[in-house]
Amino acid sequence: MSVDTATVKKVASLARIAIDDAAAERLVPELNNILGWIEQLGEVDTQGVAPMTAVIPNTLRLRDDVVTDGGIRDAVLANAPAAEHGFFTVPKVIE
Amino acid sequence: MTILTDLGIRQIRDGVRAGEFSAREVADAFIVAVSRAKPLNAFLVETPDHAIAAANAADAARAAGEALKPLAGVPIGMKDLFCTKGVPSTAASHILEGFTPTYESTVSQKLWDAGAGMLGKLNMDQFAMGSSNETSAFGNVVSPWRRNDGGNAALAPGGSSGGSSAAVAARIAPGATGTDTGGSIRQPAAFTGISGIKPTYGRCSRWGVIAFASSLDQAGPMARDVRDCAIMLEAMTGFDPKDATSLNLPVPTWEANLNASLAGKRVGVPREYRVDGMPAEIEALWQQGIEWMRDAGAEVVEVSLPHTKYALPAYYIIAPAEASSNLARYDGVRYGLRDLPDGANLQQMYAATRADGFGDEVKRRILIGTYVLSAGFYDAYYTQAQKVRTLIARDFEAAWEKCDVLLTPTAPSAAFALGEKQADPLAMYLNDVFTVPASLAGLPAMSVPGGVDAAGLPLGLQIIGKPLDEQSVLDAALAIEERAGFVARPHAWW
Repeated sequence: MSVDTATVKKVASLARIAIDDAAAERLVPELNNILGWIEQLGEVDTQGVAPMTAVIPNTLRLRDDVVTDGGIRDAVLANAPAAEHGFFTVPKVIE
Repeated sequence: MTILTDLGIRQIRDGVRAGEFSAREVADAFIVAVSRAKPLNAFLVETPDHAIAAANAADAARAAGEALKPLAGVPIGMKDLFCTKGVPSTAASHILEGFTPTYESTVSQKLWDAGAGMLGKLNMDQFAMGSSNETSAFGNVVSPWRRNDGGNAALAPGGSSGGSSAAVAARIAPGATGTDTGGSIRQPAAFTGISGIKPTYGRCSRWGVIAFASSLDQAGPMARDVRDCAIMLEAMTGFDPKDATSLNLPVPTWEANLNASLAGKRVGVPREYRVDGMPAEIEALWQQGIEWMRDAGAEVVEVSLPHTKYALPAYYIIAPAEASSNLARYDGVRYGLRDLPDGANLQQMYAATRADGFGDEVKRRILIGTYVLSAGFYDAYYTQAQKVRTLIARDFEAAWEKCDVLLTPTAPSAAFALGEKQADPLAMYLNDVFTVPASLAGLPAMSVPGGVDAAGLPLGLQIIGKPLDEQSVLDAALAIEERAGFVARPHAWW
């Protein structure tokens, strides 16, 4: 499988990365070179093989359903590029 | 008179305990060394106050007759992937410029609890994506090593933990933290003639470590020798309820149990690691390593890891896929950079922020990851890669029937020049050919210096062990270290 300029733009849009036409065109051969190389995985017979889910056997732990954290609003907001009145702020999304 | 910056972790720890010198003298010596090494660009932030405070605490404890902590008096460098409270942490990316964590990563906290002090935050490949430190948004780290050909070509310190490797090799830090996703501790250690170990996945907490590929990311120490790595690893390891994949196991006493005798041990040599175009010097060093293993009492056996050639392509699906998900958090809302062009809406703000903030290699990997996870391609790429990952893990399990550790070269070449491989991402990826398989299987693996090539540059040997058997990895590495007698060090040109 290979990508064209339209696919690169579509993928960039899904990834929320702004790219212009020149960047998309530059990325086409770069990504195709990498995708062409990873294509070789297709030749491996994986019939009946389960996909890896955990490299080291481990069980998910359960804990008591109690509050263990919180009350640190100012610390959470400390690095926000824009915060007002104790909230993160973003450009207006509702007219 | 002892040159304090020539000392490793054990020597500093023991010397401070014995009162041969004060922790403050050690800290001051390294702080000066760091401040004079700017041409290496190894440190992004210098934190002399942190190192001095830890040193003063060590000296005060000794004066009061208290027992000293395991790393009392030892100043270290901290890879900038670790969040450090009150100290900027950027993963060497513009998108996190100005980010100052309000919390401390578990691993760094454990090191401070053990008495270590911080010299500063170390440069790295941006978001740990790279093998040469050339993807940092804050400039290349320059290796302290130079070829002996009289030229002054600036060499790569390896990556992604390139600031860590350069700092330890240049003797401006006795040890440093690294992180390893596909070889980011081991390859830079090999390039700079130092030791570094990636423990079993789950040994070191990932909490507070800026995420790249969560199923692979693992922290570990980089230091002058094997014993120093064992000491530092003990301080970094341990169960953390804040990391769902942290292993709830006691921390072994790796240093006390070090044993360079390999009598009764079987060392496997995987035949698939003989790759085309590998320099003869690396092949020769590997042979030498095999002889050293025999000399240490081990039986050497040839083993097969048949899916080795598929490890790298599987890694370059899995790691970018996880990265594309992990890095979705950089949205210009909660921390780091925000780029809000005039009149932009929320979606445009996300896209502009990410376009501005991420470097080219990070964008490339996010795009690859987004593509392989997108509708219609998920099974062909991602699921297939995870199945291949299972086969790679099975290869290792089969090998453990025949041997206790594996011996391989760490990297397919010595350090290359900065700029040499930058134009071709794929050529750069191939640098991780020997380190990625152990990462995919979550296994402990270590690089130890074995010798130098004709240009006088260090070459590393890699030991891969069974899950949780860091002890055998350290022991085999120690056996190599004792026989290699590696004393080469870079000339201080900076």
